[in-house]
Amino acid sequence: MATRSKDRDTPPAGIAAPTPDTAALLRELVAHLRQNRTQLREEWARRITRAQLLTAMTEEEIFAEATSVYDNYVEALETGTFEALQAYARNLSERIIPRGVETHEVVGIVLLLRDVLARSLFGKYHEDFDKLNRILDAYEPAANRIANTVAVGFVQERERIIRQQQEAIRELSTPVLQVRERLLILPIIGVIDPQRARQLTEQLLRAIRTNRAKVVVIDITGVAAMDSNVANHLVQTVEASRLLGATVIVTGLSPEIAQTLVTIGVDLSEMATVGDLQGGIEEAERLLGYKVLPLEELTPKQ
Amino acid sequence: MEVPILKQGLYLIASIQSALTDADLSELREALIQRVGKFRARGVIVDVTALDVMDSFAVRTLRDIAHMARLRGAETVIVGIQPEVAFAMVQLGLTLKGVATALDLEEGLAFLDRHAQSRLAQGKGRVEHD
Repeated sequence: MATRSKDRDTPPAGIAAPTPDTAALLRELVAHLRQNRTQLREEWARRITRAQLLTAMTEEEIFAEATSVYDNYVEALETGTFEALQAYARNLSERIIPRGVETHEVVGIVLLLRDVLARSLFGKYHEDFDKLNRILDAYEPAANRIANTVAVGFVQERERIIRQQQEAIRELSTPVLQVRERLLILPIIGVIDPQRARQLTEQLLRAIRTNRAKVVVIDITGVAAMDSNVANHLVQTVEASRLLGATVIVTGLSPEIAQTLVTIGVDLSEMATVGDLQGGIEEAERLLGYKVLPLEELTPKQ
Repeated sequence: MEVPILKQGLYLIASIQSALTDADLSELREALIQRVGKFRARGVIVDVTALDVMDSFAVRTLRDIAHMARLRGAETVIVGIQPEVAFAMVQLGLTLKGVATALDLEEGLAFLDRHAQSRLAQGKGRVEHD
């Protein structure tokens, strides 16, 4: 993705190899931005606060971040290389994502800076329209690319975190537990996506084989929502288990899930369902020929 | 490749050893149905442990065997479906509806014993002469 955006955003003039004229203009531009650093930085921070961006951060933090973003921005303009800025954007994202900063805020502040700087250029060169034009020609592509780099860096960092979390969830594998000889329970908690459903089924089928299970109780008390896809996966799991000779009892369908399933018309009539896990285990014991009795009933009465 | 059909008491056991062609499967079906009558078998076990693929024709043939054997007085149970095969089957919608399945040969025999007992209890068993 990074390479693609690089291709797309390279302006015709070529930032990497600027013409001598552009380079000179950029140098002049950078000198101007360095000179007015304090004032522009403050103006920017003020506009961030006014636009109610970065609300998760205090004013001091905004100002501190604004300063370093500003310096990195000017440096990228000066050197024409974006590696340092990219690294900085990643680093910044790493720090601010956990604090709940949204993508639109990051894009927003970079665009604000772009705007603040552009206005300052208008102010400086408003008497020399031709010069202003040439300055903007040099400034705009570079500024666009900087905005792009920061936004892409932020989104990439976010995606990396999401991937990491998905893996963490996937590794919280669902245990298949043997509660009695030939009786397994499979408590499912959380969201079932197609991939997880597949993994669950495979795991369960293997466990049926290795434990020689006759009855399986699948408890879905911890499943918050169910759509027709998930319901179909459940039906498939039940059927596959039956092909291995195991009976499946599904327990813990919440009122919401029961309503959803009936409303969307999923047919679960082939499936044995019992209200709660306790009932499911009792039913399973009955199928296996067990009977659980209190100890007093077993000891002969005196 | 011919599938050996073993007689074990009142049951017939067909143990599939390798992948079968459609013709082999049809042959197996005919041989089994014929022998159910010949040996007065009460149960048929088809062991598919060795199969790692089960296509729609195989599934249909197994279902046909079960239905035909039932018409001739024998209950059929398919044993030894591999977990991966079972998963693939349900994804293809091949679920062997109405056919008994069991984990392995031992379970299949236990199932047939239970089935025979319940039929006896219902008074549907055959008269046995000692």
